[in-house]
Parts: sequence; structure tokens; C-alpha cells
Amino acid sequence: MAQADVPDPDAAGRELTMSRAMVEAIAHEMNESRDVFVMGEDVADYGGIFDSTQGLLEEFGHDRVMDVPISETGFIGAGLGAAMQGMRPIVELMFADFFGVAMDQIYNNMAKTAYMSGGSVSAPMVLMTAVGGTYNDAAQHSQTLYGTFAHLPGMKVVVPSTAYDAKGLMHAAIRDDDPVVYMFHKRLMGLAWMPAPEGPKTGVPEEPYEIPFGEADVKREGDDTTIVTLGLHVHRALEAAADLADDGIDAEVIDLRTLVPLDTETVLESVQKTGRLVVVDEDYRSYGVSGELIARATEGALEDLEAVERVTAPDTPVPYARPLEEEFQPSAADIVAAVESVRE
Amino acid sequence: MYEEMVTARYYEERLQEEYLEGKQPAFDISAGPIPGELHLAAGQEASAAGVCAHLRDTDTVTAPHRPHHVAISKGVDLKRMTAEIFGRETGLSKGKGGHMHLYDPDMNFACSGIIAQGCPPAVGAALAAKKRNTDDVAVAFLGEGAISQGGFLESLNLAAVQDLPVVFVIEDNDWAISMPKARVTDVEDGSRRAGGFDVRGERIDSDDAVAVYEAAETAVGRARDGNGPTLLEVQVHRRMGHFMGDPEAYRSDADVEAAQERDSIERLADRLREHGVEGDDLEEIRERAHDRVDEAIEWAKEQPQPDPEDAYEDVFTDALEGWPERPERELAATDGGER
Ligand SMILES: Cc1ncc(C[n+]2csc(CCOP(=O)(O)OP(=O)(O)O)c2C)c(N)n1
Repeated sequence: MAQADVPDPDAAGRELTMSRAMVEAIAHEMNESRDVFVMGEDVADYGGIFDSTQGLLEEFGHDRVMDVPISETGFIGAGLGAAMQGMRPIVELMFADFFGVAMDQIYNNMAKTAYMSGGSVSAPMVLMTAVGGTYNDAAQHSQTLYGTFAHLPGMKVVVPSTAYDAKGLMHAAIRDDDPVVYMFHKRLMGLAWMPAPEGPKTGVPEEPYEIPFGEADVKREGDDTTIVTLGLHVHRALEAAADLADDGIDAEVIDLRTLVPLDTETVLESVQKTGRLVVVDEDYRSYGVSGELIARATEGALEDLEAVERVTAPDTPVPYARPLEEEFQPSAADIVAAVESVRE
Repeated sequence: MYEEMVTARYYEERLQEEYLEGKQPAFDISAGPIPGELHLAAGQEASAAGVCAHLRDTDTVTAPHRPHHVAISKGVDLKRMTAEIFGRETGLSKGKGGHMHLYDPDMNFACSGIIAQGCPPAVGAALAAKKRNTDDVAVAFLGEGAISQGGFLESLNLAAVQDLPVVFVIEDNDWAISMPKARVTDVEDGSRRAGGFDVRGERIDSDDAVAVYEAAETAVGRARDGNGPTLLEVQVHRRMGHFMGDPEAYRSDADVEAAQERDSIERLADRLREHGVEGDDLEEIRERAHDRVDEAIEWAKEQPQPDPEDAYEDVFTDALEGWPERPERELAATDGGER
């Protein structure tokens, strides 16, 4: 798919962490419209546990950057109610794992408002949350859960992997007339206490820009095997591709950037070229993103496919101890092995 | 009670030391011998000790994300709990659970890291006791930040209409991460929520272990006698950050100092001395507690790391054939494609 007309990250003249880039987009939209406000746990005085709202309180005050009691059904539902009135709330719940207590407001109310109202009422809100492991926080604080949200119709699902994308996707999310679930990986945010890999800190233009939903980014071109992934694992896939290149294997790496809508076209074009597909996902293996991508590839490019494989988290809760979580997490080495195996 | 409180305090001091090892000078959450986040409860010992003093092994306790002091007071195996916190194979959950998810079936103790979500299972344990005609009770601990949560309020109501033997204990440490209590609720006395459900509620305004003990005696006794639930709120203190590594930029130094000054353990020691307990006896208790903690930590650190393959076990009680599926590198080749 043609890349939209967006400013060049390399010409930006400055680099930002992913969290700074997100905050910059939020601040810009808050300055543009009083309908945009932020609501969530520890978003004001703390600035977001993962720095996702750092500095907004100082600029906008408690009225527009609202700390709320720990009552997710209440405040996520209230975000929806305000959105139905035409406001554009950004509601944060710090970990994707915690959504369970408020799921009804999310999948029965927020996601279905447009449909159940026959298109007469929309819910232009952003539901923002952190996903992912790699820091041994165990089963209730490390899930990725992309598939859960992408599976339930009615919400767009956005997963940035770089600061540049994080800003452009945030602008697009806030301006979008539908509910958008914005899932950022903790390990990419550029936190002092959780070092990021090389990669997410990128050039970020000062001016606002939108990255349109449904346009995957070909992060590395290659002819041998297509690696499709998102979030943290974009960086692991790139690392794997660099290792593979040393052995003369030329992998293509696609960053999906959004799960709903999903850029099937870019994936199919790539698979038609390489004939081999490896899907990498930190979410659970069964009934999720990896299965969906393989299904779309087989539906759209069966004749071109020689082999497919997926590298995912297994169907177990996220374990706590380091050796266990390392086993659980898809690593660059796992990706290398998968690419080698589809080429056998 | 004094021994439990001293044990819990020293345990947390030692854990803090261990946790920070390898994480200094620059704090990196994935470095050092203890994995993950660590929520310490220093300043909250009086509520756990005062309540659990009335409990038997067969009574159930559910704790939230800040569980160590409650676990210690309930009698959870200290060595295996410590091994769990260090992520070792011989830990309570074989290294799978971690510090927020401690399970000790022998002590009927469980935790959840999701706010207020220990309340419904406590109600369920009480329901089981009632159905089986035992006089066991269940106690759910939660923070004052959790009292707006549906899971808690629904549990309170269910326990009330079913007359279940449950005691809910709100540990009010004034803070929910960066949220002061005044911004969580307009009602300073959290135990007043009980009134809305026709449940008895009581607030203990100081972290005086004896006052907690007395209030809990009535509450637990009432539950055991089949007279239904009680909601207690105990004023405790948060002497540290929400989790280790929390810079607490949102909190004034004066507030931290005030919390440090109010020491429930010293208060109880004074009380014991007034009642004629010798200083030497207190010192002996303290030493015994310290030895026990040091021993548990030493033991835990010597325990083996789990085998990575164990990550796939225990998803179900009886392992399902092929589930969880291991990400094995098998070729899923189609028959199409000439390349
Ligand atoms: C459902 C849910 N929402 C949010 C969180 C994140 N969280 C963890 S602890 C905490 C504050 C809890 O405050 P309080 O209940 O007062 O307990 P304290 O930490 O003070 O002991 C929050 C918001 C969570 N774990 N679960």
C-alpha cells in the first residue's frame, strides 16, 4: 500500500523517546480543542506510571488531566459517555491486564455504540494502555492481549513501535471518530528504569502529523522470508533480520502498526514476493493475531506460500521467574530459528 | 502480635536490601536478584497482626498486591514464600506466581494483583464454610484506594444478603499510588460504606495493634458465630513509595516523615513494657524474628532456579494433550507454491 504523505522522521533534527512523542501529540490536540481531555489512574500527579502523560498536569491542570478513583467500570464508562456527547477523552488504564474489571463498558458499550445506534451515535475516545512483559512482573501485569481487543468488533487497535509512529498514530487516534485502543509496550517507552532496545527512539517532527490507520510499515526490505510483527517484537525481528543477513538470508520485516484496520495488502504483496511467512507476536498463540495473519495469507496468497510459521508466547499465563519468562517470551533467536526452518 | 509485626518489618527491610542489589546506582527493574515489582508494607503491620491473631489455619485470607505482612501474620511458610519472591523452583508457586501472587493452600491464603479482586473469593470461601457447616471465617484485605471498586462493593452486598462469615479489612495508608485518599472518596471513614449494605462497620483511627486486635476479636467472633460480615477500616501508614523505585515526586517530605514517625511497632513495644514485659524479652523476640527472616532469605537464595520448560506446566491440573502448545519449530508447509 502506498505510504501516506507524512513528514520525514530523519529530517526532524531531534530525537524523542516514545513517551515524549505520545505526550507531544496529546498536548497539541488538547491545545487545539477543549473537548480533548485525559482521565485515568495516576495520570496527573504521577504523569503516568509509564510516562505516557508526563508533564501534562503542569500545562493543563487537574481539570483537564484528571486522576480518578480506582473504579474502571465507572471512569471508562464515563469516558464513553463524554465521547457520546462529542468530547474526545483519552482514558488511560495503566496495564492492559486490568481491563477485565471494566470489560463490559469496553466491549458491550464503547465498541458497539456506533453499530447499535445504527451509526447515529459515535464514541470518539482513545483508550490507552501499556502491554507486554520482559521485566518479570508475572501473570497479571505482563500480558499483551492484542488479540482480545482486535477480536471484538467496533474498536480500532493501534500498536506503535517507534516514537515517530507513536506521535502520528496518537494524532490520528484522537481525531478519529471511533473508539481507538492505543496499546504501547512498556519496554519501548524510554523509561529510565526499564531500558529500551535500540530503535524506538527516533526522529520526531515538531509539527503535528497523522499516521493513517491500516498502513503497515515495511521496516526492512528483503526477498527471502516475510516477518510480520508489531510492538516490541518489531525490534527483535529487526535484530533477527540483521543476524540472518550475516548468513546471507534476506528477510523482509513488516511492522503492522495497527491491527484494526489490518493492512492485509502489504502482507500479501510481501508473501507473494518471498513465499515464506513468519508471524511474530508477544500475545498468546491460540485464537489470536498470529492465527489471523496466517489465515489472511492463506486466503489471499495460497499458491505463493511455501511455508508459514509463528513465533508467539505459548498458551500459558506469563510466568514470574526470569528463566521462565525468558522461555515464554519470543526472542530474536526464536525468530532466527523460525526463519531458518521455513527456508528448509 | 509483636513477633509477627517485628518479623514483617524486618522482612521488608531485608527484601528491600536484596531487591536494590544490582539495581543501583541506576534503577533498572529487570536487574538484581528479585524479579519484577515489589510493593512493601512497612507501616501496615498492625492491621494484619491484629486481625490474623484471631484466625486459625482453616480460615481463609485473601490479600492484595501488598501481601507480605498479611501472609506472615497468617502463618504462610516464610521460607517457601521467600523462595517464591526470589523466583525459585521451591517457592510456593514454583516461581510462577511472584510476590503479588502468593498461594499457600495449607494456610488458606491467596493474593491478587488486581485491585479489590480478592474480595469475591473471600466471600466464596465464607460461602463454602456456611454450606459445609464449619465455623471457619474468611478475611479480605484491601487498600483504601480499592473501596470504590465494584468487586469490593458487590462482595459486601453479597456477604450481607447471604449472612456470610466474612470480615473485610481496609488498610488505609492514605495513598493509592499518587492519589491521596481525599481524592478517592468524599467520605473519610471508609467503614461507613458498610452502612449502605446494613453491615457493621468500624474504623480504627490509629495503627494501634491492640485496638485492631479488640475490634477484630468482635468482628471475627461475630462471623464465626454465624452473625454475618463486618467491615473494618484501619489507619496505617505507608513508609515507602508505592513500589520500590517509586520516586514519590507527588508526595511531600512532611507526609513521608509523618508516616515514618508513627511507628506502630514502637507503640506496641511501649504498651508491652507498660504492662510489665521486660525489655530483654522484647529483645529476645526481636532477635528470634530476625534470625528467622535471615534464615528464610539465605535459604531462598540457595534454592535452584526453575527449569525453563516448567513454564508450560500447571496451566491445567491435568495436562491437556498438546496444550499449551509449545512453540516448536515445525514446518507448516502448504502444497502450493513453486519457488
Ligand atoms: C483493577 C486494577 N486497577 C488498577 C490497578 C493498579 N494499581 C495497583 S495498586 C494501585 C493503588 C492501590 O491503592 P490502595 O488500594 O490504597 O492500596 P495500597 O497500594 O495503598 O496498599 C493501583 C491503582 C490494579 N492493580 N488493578
